[in-house]
Amino acid sequence: MAYKHFEIIEKNVGLLGVMIAIMVSLGGLAEITPLFIEAHTIKAPPGVLPYDPLRLAGRDIYVREGCFLCHSQQIRALRFETERYGHYSTVGESVYDRPFQWGSKRIGPDLARIGGKYSDDWQRMHLMNAQQLVPASNMPHFPWLADNKLDAAQIQASMRTLRRLGDPYSDADIASAPAAVDGKTEMDALIAYLQGLGIKNEPTSSNSAEASDGGAP
Amino acid sequence: MPNTEYYNDRVVRQFVLGAAIWGIIGMAVGVYAAAELMWPGLSFDIPWLTFSRIRPDHTFGVIFGFGGCALMGTCYYVVQRTGQARLALGGLAQLTFWGWQLICILAMVSMPLGATRGKEYAEPEWIVAILIAVVWVSFGAVFFTSLTRRRIRHIYVANWYYGAFIIAVGLLHIVNGLVLPVSMWKSYPIYSGVVDAMVEWWYGHNAVAFFLTAGFLGMMYYFVPRQAKQPLWSYRFSIVNFWALISVYMWAGSHHLMYTALPDWVQSVGMAFSLILLMPSWGSAANGLLTFNGSWWRLKDDPAAKFMVMSLVFYAAATFEGSMMAIKTVNSLSHYTDWTIAHVHSGALGWVAMITIGSLYSMAPSALGRPAMHSKRGMELHFWLHMMGTLMYICSMWAAGITEGLMWRATNADGSLTYSFLDSLIAIKPMYLIRWAGGLLILLGMVVMAWNLWHTAADARARKIKPIPVPIPEPTSHQIPAPLPAAG
Repeated sequence: MAYKHFEIIEKNVGLLGVMIAIMVSLGGLAEITPLFIEAHTIKAPPGVLPYDPLRLAGRDIYVREGCFLCHSQQIRALRFETERYGHYSTVGESVYDRPFQWGSKRIGPDLARIGGKYSDDWQRMHLMNAQQLVPASNMPHFPWLADNKLDAAQIQASMRTLRRLGDPYSDADIASAPAAVDGKTEMDALIAYLQGLGIKNEPTSSNSAEASDGGAP
Repeated sequence: MPNTEYYNDRVVRQFVLGAAIWGIIGMAVGVYAAAELMWPGLSFDIPWLTFSRIRPDHTFGVIFGFGGCALMGTCYYVVQRTGQARLALGGLAQLTFWGWQLICILAMVSMPLGATRGKEYAEPEWIVAILIAVVWVSFGAVFFTSLTRRRIRHIYVANWYYGAFIIAVGLLHIVNGLVLPVSMWKSYPIYSGVVDAMVEWWYGHNAVAFFLTAGFLGMMYYFVPRQAKQPLWSYRFSIVNFWALISVYMWAGSHHLMYTALPDWVQSVGMAFSLILLMPSWGSAANGLLTFNGSWWRLKDDPAAKFMVMSLVFYAAATFEGSMMAIKTVNSLSHYTDWTIAHVHSGALGWVAMITIGSLYSMAPSALGRPAMHSKRGMELHFWLHMMGTLMYICSMWAAGITEGLMWRATNADGSLTYSFLDSLIAIKPMYLIRWAGGLLILLGMVVMAWNLWHTAADARARKIKPIPVPIPEPTSHQIPAPLPAAG
């Protein structure tokens, strides 16, 4: 393209703007559109259900506290990763994750399959004061979680919003929320969420083998 | 025809002040967060002081607070000078300044209190995100209307970059920000799982591409020739680089998701385009550096030029590193480690911060009605503080990242892992200390700059500045536009 062709663009603001908009849109369209189309075919594998009320609350707390900034939830398909953390992560496991929690940096270890590796009590003590269990750890303490009670109305509102986005919550699921979170703290919810990671959403039907009772005190 | 039009430098001055303040705040948060990684007790069990809650404040403060103010301020300055016309829509331009400050304050307060969308570099909740979109569209309106008022027919290359920056960031912000609110401070994205991951890293990578690269290249294309006091090395080369850069960058986002559950073909496309991206990146860096050909001696006594040259060197280095890290085998070592942190700070502290500081030192005196910055020694001191701090930061994080990568993959003869995760954390703790010290030096440099700007702004504070009249341009020719006249 000779310079004189470019000169037309260079002297016309509108044309310059339109050309820029076209050029910057191509890459995203090419890479994201196929995923959108595919996303409808990615169904949750058998056994992967939407988060129950307590674990949903725990997941929101996980996002709120920014856990994903130090802990990934995405085991790469590399031998040394699967050796350390378990089976590599699959697409089906995160179909109910809004936002996705794959992470980008491991200041701490990956948590994709942390469920059941430690007891609820260990998780509780570790979240209260990580250094009393792992002296060299640099994880912050989250003692306020043990003081904050869950708000059932808020969780129900969240479930209704997620249902509008397509997550298959039934009316009965939503109605069961107040009983499920009654008297529970944010700490209980977060532990229930952590104990479900890699167990509740693993494609194999290992749901019967629960590692935890979901954070009973 | 008598010239009755004056440049609108008031809004430029306000953004310079904003950049200086948000720079200090954002980097101070970064230094504190770095200290918490060394000494976790520093969070004092206070929720809003916890590392995981203040890290978004660091990234938002430096990218959108410091970088955003610097970009909008220089953009308003450059579009007026290169078009030889006063900024259009003065009232709306004022609104973009106050709106942007409001956004920064709302985001920086709400995020540590727990209102987050939970997506990196796009953390502010939907209500703040809508405000960002409104201010951004206003910014675009001011910029493009100003371009239509220009008296020079050719749109100078700096403006293409600013234009691409505005259009692309608007597009990215809106597409990645589509959520369904639950309440005022809580929402869920319309995407889930793998689609959300791809949209987020399409956004995240191109926030780097268009916010932290295209915008700052706009700055570079105006202020580098001005500081070198000679024309851009090659105007045609900048055309090729511009279109290649903006079209290729958008394909490369998936290199953030190598070996994950993202479909393999998307990973490979991302890797291929990341490698191609090296060409326009180095092209832009070379065009800037070669502009100094014949005036390298200026580096001896012009700290602003020194900042600019070093920024271009870091730009070339960081883009090379980025393309290499997008190669899958390299990525398998570097991903999730502090190497990523080294890379992003090589770009942010080396390229983005240095071109910004150089441009501010170049622009501030003329926007503040003074012949030069208040203290040249202050500028020199800032250069060396920033340079030392950046090198300490990057080198320590390289060492930490490669250590982590190698320890995580080390296996014994029987196939079992050699090290626990904790071993790798213990091994890199000294590096965290060096990184923190480097960050402290950089923060000190920013305080020196703020002090220097404050004294340079003495006339502005006394309201003694005379507005600068817009010159009547020479008749337009049909040649390739002449480079910008030398400053001063």
